[in-house]
Amino acid sequence: MFQTLMNIISLWALPAIIILILTIGLFRKVPLYEVFTDGAKEGFHVAVNIIPYLVAIIVAISMLRASGIIEMAGQALSPILDHFNVPTDTIPIMIVRSLSGSAALGVFSDIAHNLGPDNYATKLAAVMVGSSETTFYVLAVYFGAVGISKLRYALIVGLLADFIGIVAAIAVCNLMF
Amino acid sequence: MNYIFYFLIVISIIAGAINGRLQEVINSILSGAELSVKVAFSLIGIMAFWLGMMKIAEKSGLVELIAKIIKPVTKHLFKEIPDKSPVIGDIAMNFSANALGLANAATPIGIKAMEELQKLNKDKKSASNAMCMLLAMNTAGFQLIPATVIAVLIGIGYKNPTEIIAPTLLVTSITFFSAIALAKIFEKFWKPQKGDE
Repeated sequence: MFQTLMNIISLWALPAIIILILTIGLFRKVPLYEVFTDGAKEGFHVAVNIIPYLVAIIVAISMLRASGIIEMAGQALSPILDHFNVPTDTIPIMIVRSLSGSAALGVFSDIAHNLGPDNYATKLAAVMVGSSETTFYVLAVYFGAVGISKLRYALIVGLLADFIGIVAAIAVCNLMF
Repeated sequence: MNYIFYFLIVISIIAGAINGRLQEVINSILSGAELSVKVAFSLIGIMAFWLGMMKIAEKSGLVELIAKIIKPVTKHLFKEIPDKSPVIGDIAMNFSANALGLANAATPIGIKAMEELQKLNKDKKSASNAMCMLLAMNTAGFQLIPATVIAVLIGIGYKNPTEIIAPTLLVTSITFFSAIALAKIFEKFWKPQKGDE
């Protein structure tokens, strides 16, 4: 019951928003086609603007992942995290989830497929991946689009919040599963 | 960011050399650069679509209406935004799209909000407090239903994948409110922008 309701919501959220925007526009006598194409013109411009910022961040992160340092950090952290009942398999997710969303999802899929549905690591990994956003990517895209290169405290706040999220995920999963 | 950029790249090269993976690190420069362009180009179409939709929403007064409704809540979060500015409406729509898991819509709308904030920004190279707050809201990744994760769990035959929703929602809420609180705290103590008091 809950699951069908959830499916309906996730299926209809997007169409509902589109219908709402267009219908209100029509009632307010907005020239829909004209205004839409006018706004859409910026799409190319914005995407191209982001490229330098994305190259800086994605290249740096690709290099980091290729260097094997994430595995090294994982090994260094595992004795500490053992105390908090954190399975070693989930450590790469904690390190990688601020850097690359696809990598975090990849590690989670591996854990899920290898360890199966009843394993605690699968559940913890699911919560950690489901509650996170790729901080570095969001930063590159959002600030890159408007040409911001001095971040001030934005990155620190993002990373501290990610850290709090990891701690919260460990605590909540310890309590619930 | 200068130090982080330096650190990420130099550490990668050193660690790659230690691990005997220097060649992989070198190759990753090319693949990373290619990926960046791919990601940017894959955004063009969907970006154009949502920027078009948002223009309609703006012209019809919908964004302004949402701004009016949400203002009492966000007034304290975004102090620098003038009362009449409809950008709060964009921010609210960006948040809603994120919450519903519509990343494809959330990003273009969030960028539109950033552009509006940039118009109010005094130093065009550096992030205003409002921009840092909007970014904090987005990097926290608040989402009601973690659809991708649930899809993976269903794929491996997880009996009751919806049991993951409650803990995830709790964690994502904690992260979200911490991010907002942190942004507020840092706003007080961080060096103000050029041109600020």
